[in-house]
Formats: sequence, structure tokens, C-alpha cells
Amino acid sequence: MSENELEIEQLEILSFLKRHSPFQELSAAEQLNLAQQIDVGYFRAGSDILAYNAPLDALYLIRSGVVETFRRNGDLYNRLSEGGIFGEQGLLRGKKVRFPAKALQDTLIYLIPAAAFEQLFDQNEFFADYVEVGDAERRAEPRIEKAANHQLMSAKVSELLSRPPLLLTAAASIQQAAISMREAGESCLLLTNPAQPEQIIGLITDRDLRNRVVAEALNTANPVAEIMTEQLVTVQASQFVFEAMLLMLRHNLHHLPVLAQQRPVGIIAIADIIRHESNNSLFIVSSIYQQQSVSDLAQLKSAVQACFVRMVNEDANSQMIGSAMATIGRSFKQRLLELAEQTLGPPPIPYCFLALGSMARDEQLIVTDQDNALVLDNSYDPELHDAYFAKLASFVCDGLAECGYPLCSGDIMATNPRWRQPLHVWQGYFQDWLSKPTAEKLLHSNIFFDLDGVWGNTDWAKQLNQQITQSAPGSKTFLASMTRNALRRTPPLGFFQDFVMEEDGRQNNSLNIKRRGTAPFADLLRIYALSMGSQARSSYQRLAVLSERNLLPKGRAEDLRDAYEVIAMTRIRHQAAALQQQQTPDNNVEPGQLSEFERKHLKAAFLVLANAQKFLKFHFQA
Amino acid sequence: MLYLGSQLPKAAPVDWQQRFAKLAQQSKQPLLQQYYAAGMVDGRTAIANTPLLALDLETTGLDPRCHGIVSIGLVPLTSQRVQSSQAQQWLVKPRFALTSSSVKIHRITDSALANAPDLLDILPEFLAAIAGKVLLVHCADIERQFLAAALNVRLRETLQFPVIDTMALEGRLYRAKPLTLWQKLRKQQQPSIRLAASRSRYGLPPYLPHHAVTDALACAELFLAQLTHRFPITTAVNELWD
Repeated sequence: MSENELEIEQLEILSFLKRHSPFQELSAAEQLNLAQQIDVGYFRAGSDILAYNAPLDALYLIRSGVVETFRRNGDLYNRLSEGGIFGEQGLLRGKKVRFPAKALQDTLIYLIPAAAFEQLFDQNEFFADYVEVGDAERRAEPRIEKAANHQLMSAKVSELLSRPPLLLTAAASIQQAAISMREAGESCLLLTNPAQPEQIIGLITDRDLRNRVVAEALNTANPVAEIMTEQLVTVQASQFVFEAMLLMLRHNLHHLPVLAQQRPVGIIAIADIIRHESNNSLFIVSSIYQQQSVSDLAQLKSAVQACFVRMVNEDANSQMIGSAMATIGRSFKQRLLELAEQTLGPPPIPYCFLALGSMARDEQLIVTDQDNALVLDNSYDPELHDAYFAKLASFVCDGLAECGYPLCSGDIMATNPRWRQPLHVWQGYFQDWLSKPTAEKLLHSNIFFDLDGVWGNTDWAKQLNQQITQSAPGSKTFLASMTRNALRRTPPLGFFQDFVMEEDGRQNNSLNIKRRGTAPFADLLRIYALSMGSQARSSYQRLAVLSERNLLPKGRAEDLRDAYEVIAMTRIRHQAAALQQQQTPDNNVEPGQLSEFERKHLKAAFLVLANAQKFLKFHFQA
Repeated sequence: MLYLGSQLPKAAPVDWQQRFAKLAQQSKQPLLQQYYAAGMVDGRTAIANTPLLALDLETTGLDPRCHGIVSIGLVPLTSQRVQSSQAQQWLVKPRFALTSSSVKIHRITDSALANAPDLLDILPEFLAAIAGKVLLVHCADIERQFLAAALNVRLRETLQFPVIDTMALEGRLYRAKPLTLWQKLRKQQQPSIRLAASRSRYGLPPYLPHHAVTDALACAELFLAQLTHRFPITTAVNELWD
């Protein structure tokens, strides 16, 4: 280039690159360099741009127009418009066209030479991630990494410990215990086995001194072992803070002893976790148990929503959020049942209150119907007992509705007499569904296959679950019927401009992310879990079991886990965004609300789900 | 570049190959002899086999007698691809003062041109770049007249070359028939054949005009679109140039 010749200014090409991902994220120097390497092609509407397996020497960037890409069998793979890229998979695999492309409108293409593409791919991590996202087997999910970097996720329990625990032999008197707590300024004391000073066998708190000693006028010379809490739940110092938090939530604990190599190394209290930028779901759970009426409980609705938003903003993952929300929902049920029994008097016969669906799976969100049922003792006599349980069911279901859990539109609630039956009737229901299945019969009952006892004689829930896991794996017709139902709900193909693209090329304005995403996913995982006779109930546990059993081709279970997270988090973020804008949260996601990046990930996740559904169909011969 | 009104295509086709051979003999300037001696494709050559080069000039005004060239943009292409990665561009200092109105249009100021060469200094490079190629221009008269005038001042000789004029190709569609009385009564107007309007009819995006390389690129893209929609790639180049 002579000194008279200027650096070539491809102003239009450059400004286009600066407006579109993944080019807008490049450095100014990379953009300038790239703009100078681009050639241009023009394709008339209806003409072929790329033919299958033809040599490929460039990445195609749509400057204007619309392009469709296809699978080898001719199925539509993607529809792209201005700023869309195609050919990246071909460039990454032997420089041959993998997805043939056709111009749907007159289209102008900026061609990025293969060499420039490869250079960016090797040297720019963002660019590499972006173009690889289209590739289901090698997907990277930056949001998961971001969550992992968050303190709550990565912090170990050991980081919360500021001082060694206060220890005393359990042989000491109550007064000695109180003195040692006073001197150390501690509100919690660990008690050790008098024979083995390293082994802790109990714990007392300030509260115990008040409730179990002073209030009971107990002699303070008595051994402290008389008033200590035994059968301690403990956490390892090497566990994550969020695991400790979940333990405290699950058992409604205020103090959790921390062990390292079997020795007590500290105690963490709720306040420690709160201080550690945790969420406030613990507070909600504990305040649920303190409310004295349904209307008081209903006041907590906004706190639950705030907690949900806060967890999302703190980059909690879908498992943490779903589990915290399910725990809160379960606590509402339990407290309402306590209040119901206070109001109606003790139950005439034993019963078990069941949670179904997402709550049973430990993955509840903010927009969620209440799905529940009642299992009654086999001595149940409708004449004598039904009036009580009908009232109890109304009390709880109406109460839940007031607390933000709308009544189930499918009437799967304890208020429905059909779902308020003695154990033997329930066993008969499951016997019928499992041994004489039809797709139609199972269509409205698959929710019962995610079942958890939340109150009363929860052993019955375990018995029903055992019945299911014993019969399901052997019943091919049952699994095939379940599969046929599961395949009624499919994910969309992807997005085009601000529309949702369907397999047949139709476009919709919005996407029900539950119906088209998380629900078919849960259906699919449930069927696999049932087929393996697994007790795993949450989708995460079911994914882990799938991964262990090698039921799917290598790497597929991991793809499913990533894809599930992408879809679940899209739904969660959508609901959190609505709450933050003072709107009623729902499941209808409009593509316009999603970033280009989110769409790309979501599309890839839908593809994983769609492929898994095909595999499911093949697997169970549905 | 700036545009004059519509130009109808000229009637008599020129045999440019023959004319180049003759001009190589007649020219007194070695630079121009070299340019003509590089030859020109046979007019019957299919457009698919013709080396093409889109050209755009930015000028200080519209009159070649009192306005000068400030920048030149070249973008090579084939009937399949615009080779924008091979684009070339020069800024040149005109021998006439910049006018404020033209500076507003092409945004090239005196200070930008302070160290720019005279056209004469870059002429060898420019002629080498266009030698043997068929030039592609939107509104050919401007480029032809300005290059001829600039060379006439500097070398006492003009420059002749064949041009495919994308505006003329567009004019063939919309200027061939005058408006009917009915159309006039309905106050219908002839569609614009200016660059941006022509591009939009082929689904090409709007580009910011009056930057030599961008305008040459815009013209090259328009020609690809015109070829794709209207002319088979076996079309002889003499059906398109004049």
C-alpha cells in the first residue's frame, strides 16, 4: 500500500458490525480489521445460498433480508434476519456446509472469510462461546458460571466461622452451662460426650434456658443433658453456604453445628448467613410459623415475592430458588393445617396432606397453582368423617389462595371429594393407572406421580411412592402412555425477529415457557425416573440419576441439565422482572423481552429438549 | 457523489476493444498509452467473465470546469461477489477551493486534505488499478466528465473508458416509457432512479452516501442485485456498457 493510499474506511460494514453480536463485543481494532476483510454477496428471494456438504469458505452475516437454514432431511432448522449468522457449524467442522441455506427474501450477505473467523474463534473467548452456542453438544452457559462466581454459591461454610464453638461436657449442670455461655458471650453451647470429649451429643441455646428451665422451674443443678437438643443436624465446614442454608430451611433450625474431620469447629446461626448476603427465605419460613391467622399469613405474600426477586438478582440458580420457594410453600401448608386443627378441633381419624407437582418436586416458582390431596385412614367413614375433612380442605385451600397460591384450575385439590379418600382407595387409583393405563386416563393424573407428604401421617405418602416405583418400571404400556402424553407438549423451534418460530414455520407473539419448556422437561424426566424405579423426585435429582445410569448417550444427560437450567432460569427471570415492574407475573415470555444472547441459548436448549423427546419416544415405543 | 438528472442510454454501441487499441496509438502521454495498451475485453464477453470495478468520486461541486475531485473509491467485483476486501481509496487535493456546501456533503475538509497529493501524483496507481477493467458507476456522466476534465488540465489529454451505469440500467426500466395521461392525472411520478431509491427496490439497506468507498460499494451491490433479478450472467458486456 503506498503512502498516498489511506487505510480503507469500510464505514457501513464497520458500523453494522458495531450494532450486532458477537461483533459488537469485539475490540475496536478487531472490528476495523474484520470490516476490511469482508466481501459481499446478494441472493434473490427463493434462491439457494448454501448447498449441503458444499465447501464453505466464509461465515455468512445477514446484512439485510431473511434466510432459512435446513436440516439434512429438509426440516426447517432456523430462520434468520438482519444481523443473523449462519455457516458457523460448517466452518467448525471441516469447512463443509452442514445446514443448507435459502434466501426467503432478497438478501444481502456480508461474508467473513474462514481465516478471519478462525482467528476470532481462537483469540476471542466471547466470540467462540457465541458461535458455539448453536452447537448443542458443546454449549457453554455463562450464566451458570456467573452464578458459580457468586458468593452464596461458592462460599464454603468454613468462611462463615469466626470463632471456635463453645464446648462443655454434657455431664455439667444447667447452671454451669449458663455461666460458661455468659462468660463467652455466646447464645449457643455444644455439649460433648463425657466419655469422648471430641464427640458432640447435644446443643442448648438461650431460648432453651428460658423455655425448658425457667418456665418449667427446673432445678439448675440438674445435668444440662436433661434439657439439651439431641440428634443434631450438622454441616461439614467444606460444604457450601447454600447447602447449610437449605439444611436450616428444611429443618427449621436457628443454629447449625459445623464439623471438620468429625470434630466441632464452630456454629453458624441464621444471622451469620443473613450477614453473608444470603436471601431472606429463612426469615419468611420462621415468620410463617409465628402467624396466628390466615389473614396474617396472607400479609407475607409480598415478602415471599421480594425474597424470590432477591434470589434472582443474587444469581441463585433455579435449584436454589425452586427449593426455597417449595420450602416456603410447604411451610404455608403446614401452618394452615395447624391453624385448621386449632379451629376445627383435632382430626377424628389420622390423615396425610399431600403436595403434588412442582412443590413435591421441590421446584416451585412464584406463579404456581396449588395442587394437593388428602389421604385418610382406612377406617374412614364418609358419614362420620367427611364433614370434618371437607372443612379442613376448604380451610387450607382457601387459605393458600389468600397467600398467593391460586386454586387449581384442574380441581386437583383436597376440596375435591375424589382426591380426599382413604389410603386403600388411593392405592386402588394408582393400581388402576399403573396396570390398566391409557394415555387419556393418565393425561390428568400424571401430576400424582410427583407426590410428597407434607403433614400428618407422611408414611402413607412413602407407601404410595413405593407402590409407584415398584410397578412403573415393569409396565411398558404405562410408560408408553405417559410418553405419548409427554409428547403432546413440545418446545418451539426458536425465534425470528420478535416472534416465536414453530416447527412448521408458523410464528407466534409469545411463548408459554412453562407449557413449552419446563413442563415437558419435567414430564420427560419423570418418565425416565419412573422407568428406572427411582425415588428421585426433583428434576435435578432425576437428571443426576439419568447421568449415573448411563441411560442416554454420553454427554446427553449433562446437555439436558444445562438446557433445563437455561429454560428454568428464563422462566424465573421473566417472573422476577414482572414483580419488579409491579406487574402480575405469568409464564408468557415475549421474544422481544429477551436479549439476542438469551434467545440463542434458549433456542439451543429447546433443541436439546426436542431431541430428548424424540429419544424418549424411541425409548418407550410410544 | 452528486447526481444530475436522468440520463437516457446512448443509442450507438461503441466497440471499446477497438477504440482502446486505437487510443493506445494516438495518446501522447506514456501513462495513458500504458492504460489503453492494457486493453479492454471484447464486447461480446459474458458479464460473468468480465473484470469489473465500481468507481465513485467525491467532488467539490457539480461543474467539472470549476470544481475538482477530492476523493476516489474503487471496489472490485465479479458477477457473484463484491470484493470489498480489495477496495482502494485515495484523498486528493483539488486545484479548486473547497466549497462549504460540498464539505457539508462529503465531510472532507481542508485540513483533511492538507497533506493530500495532487491527482497527478496518484495517477499511475489509479490507472494501474483500473487498467483492463470495466468500470461500474451510478450516473456515469459525472465520473467521466470529472476524470476527463482533471486529466485535460494536468496532461492536456482526456480519459476515455467504457462504463456500466447502474443508474442507466435502472432508467431502462422506469424511463423507457413516459407516464400515461392517466398516470399524470393521478399525479403519479416516475420512480426515482437515484442510488438509495434504486437500492431499496432490490431490498438493499440504506447506506450513508457521499463517501467514495461506501458509494462504490453501494453501486457494486446494486449491480449484483440488478444482474440477479434482470440479466443472466451470460449477458454480453456490450449490452450493459456504453
